[in-house]
Amino acid sequence: MPEATSKSMKIAPPGSLEAQKEGRSLEEGHGQALESPSMREPRPLRSRPKWDRERPVRMVLAAAGWLTVVILALIMIMLFVEGLPIFTVTNPFSFLFSSQWYPVSDPPVFGILSFIIGSLMITATALVIAIPLGIGAAAFLAEIAPPPVREAIKPIIELLSGIPSIVLGFVGFLLLAPAIQRIFNLDSGLNGLTAGILLAFMCLPTIVSISEDALSAVPREYKEASLALGATRWQTIYRVLIPAARPGIVASVMLGMGRAIGETMTVLMVSGGRLAIPSFITDPMSAMTGRIAIEINNAVFGGLQYQALFAIGIVLFLITFAINLVADLVLEKQRRRYA
Amino acid sequence: MRKSRILGGVALLLSVSLLLAACGTPASTSPTVPSPTASNPSPSQESGAIVVKGSDTMVNLASAWAEDYIAEHPNMKITVSGGGSGIGIAALLNKTTDICNNSRPLKQEELDKAKASGIIPVSIIVAKDGVAVVVHPSNSINELSLEQLAAIFGGKITNWKELGGQDAEIVVLSRDNNSGTHVFFKEHVVQLKDKKAEYGTNVQFLPTSQGIADEVARNPKAIGYYGLGYLSSQQKALAVKSATGPAVLPSIATVLDNSYPVSRPLFCTTNGQPKGAMEEYFAWILGAKGQEIVKSLDFVPIR
Repeated sequence: MPEATSKSMKIAPPGSLEAQKEGRSLEEGHGQALESPSMREPRPLRSRPKWDRERPVRMVLAAAGWLTVVILALIMIMLFVEGLPIFTVTNPFSFLFSSQWYPVSDPPVFGILSFIIGSLMITATALVIAIPLGIGAAAFLAEIAPPPVREAIKPIIELLSGIPSIVLGFVGFLLLAPAIQRIFNLDSGLNGLTAGILLAFMCLPTIVSISEDALSAVPREYKEASLALGATRWQTIYRVLIPAARPGIVASVMLGMGRAIGETMTVLMVSGGRLAIPSFITDPMSAMTGRIAIEINNAVFGGLQYQALFAIGIVLFLITFAINLVADLVLEKQRRRYA
Repeated sequence: MRKSRILGGVALLLSVSLLLAACGTPASTSPTVPSPTASNPSPSQESGAIVVKGSDTMVNLASAWAEDYIAEHPNMKITVSGGGSGIGIAALLNKTTDICNNSRPLKQEELDKAKASGIIPVSIIVAKDGVAVVVHPSNSINELSLEQLAAIFGGKITNWKELGGQDAEIVVLSRDNNSGTHVFFKEHVVQLKDKKAEYGTNVQFLPTSQGIADEVARNPKAIGYYGLGYLSSQQKALAVKSATGPAVLPSIATVLDNSYPVSRPLFCTTNGQPKGAMEEYFAWILGAKGQEIVKSLDFVPIR
């Protein structure tokens, strides 16, 4: 009992908002557990009118914050409720590690390995292209470009993210696919590489914009110290600024990756739609998102195909969740190291 | 002060209602096909309920008919579900459906069963299904047999050379499995010899017929198929040879006279001649509006 009191005292000084909240919630949670006068003290200190004015704002903000959590939870529940029943018919192992996908055959067969591989290959290609380009562009904008150029280019790059994916898909289908087919002498221009290049364009704005912010936020002294030590501009960018801005850059890449792996329309239009496991990036392939998009309209509500598509959604959700988790852990580790 | 409390209340209400709305979604897990039924009975010239069941190929067509018909006749109730021709016919024999959609004629054993249970199945052709097989105009091949098509789309033949063409990989394009044409082509061509056969793993599934048309138009190695409506001078339609007949080019005329092999009639079957509300419904289906829908869904209208 005294331990709890001292703990909450340590976290937040009495009178601060945290202490009020903490005190109240503990009070509600443990009944008479907190009778220590020190916790009761802050209340009379609050000036009433101010408290009343802020209360609705706080409530709205809290509601907004909780709403996102609740919505996410509901989406998750729905995904699992709709998707999990498929595993009573198809065992999870063959669902994940078989590449036979015949949802409208009799009996239907559901194996999504080739879509998982397709999604990962396309996303990896997009990142391989977008990361160097994005960080390079960010470094250029933050360090090299004269201000008028930066002012002109940054909004243009950000505008790129406003292009609807169907438009990009259309451009890819009509222009990029034939070009890729000619350049690499392929049988079909509709393949993973075409999709990856288009996706690189889609996640580029995110990477450039956030990385540029991170680079610009590096304290001036770092740069000045580096230059003063005789480092060249390139050495300063490469050895000092980029490492210092790394958490922001990693975050930008993770956001870009999230965009790439979740992108549906563009991938659906140009990835080629082959159901076999792709062996190389220039093979036609299918992505998980595209599978869901194309089949959900036709799937009977609550039927096996419907459940299987939701199960793909679960897999996709778990993959993005894992990516975000890893990114958070990496960032946290770095934050601790630099702190 | 009072105002702010109201504001807080509004925010709370808003979030609660949003929550409830979100909660409502998982409830739609009923194992039935969405049925386009009108639930607002208002006085109209006719009323009644029709249950339609059967072919999955026709389920989109039947739903589109039902939706448009209900829009015009708000007092009608039409429930459409799929499952397959066999299920539709079984339902007709059990008297659990009024109209059966069947993409194949009734089998003899089904006719016998009907006779035994006192049902007189009457089938009407409501549309036709015809699929053109297309290649790039520069392709030297002009005709293929059903058997060759089965081998190409089943992934057994992968080079044009094996068909007497150039030495190049065949880029095989198919509609994706959200399409009735995908199923029809599979059942009629890919599964010609082996009822368990599937599309080959080299087949590329494209989301739209237009996508196939565009890719075939620019890729000399490509072969694809789609409804007759997408034919243009940018692709070359192949004449298709059945086991018995000569090679026939696809056209509305050859589909209608049954000489083109990759086609089939689509039936609606009822118990006895349709009467009353059903008769009017069929008149509408066979009329201009119903047949316009047939065309818009890539089937071949019967006139």
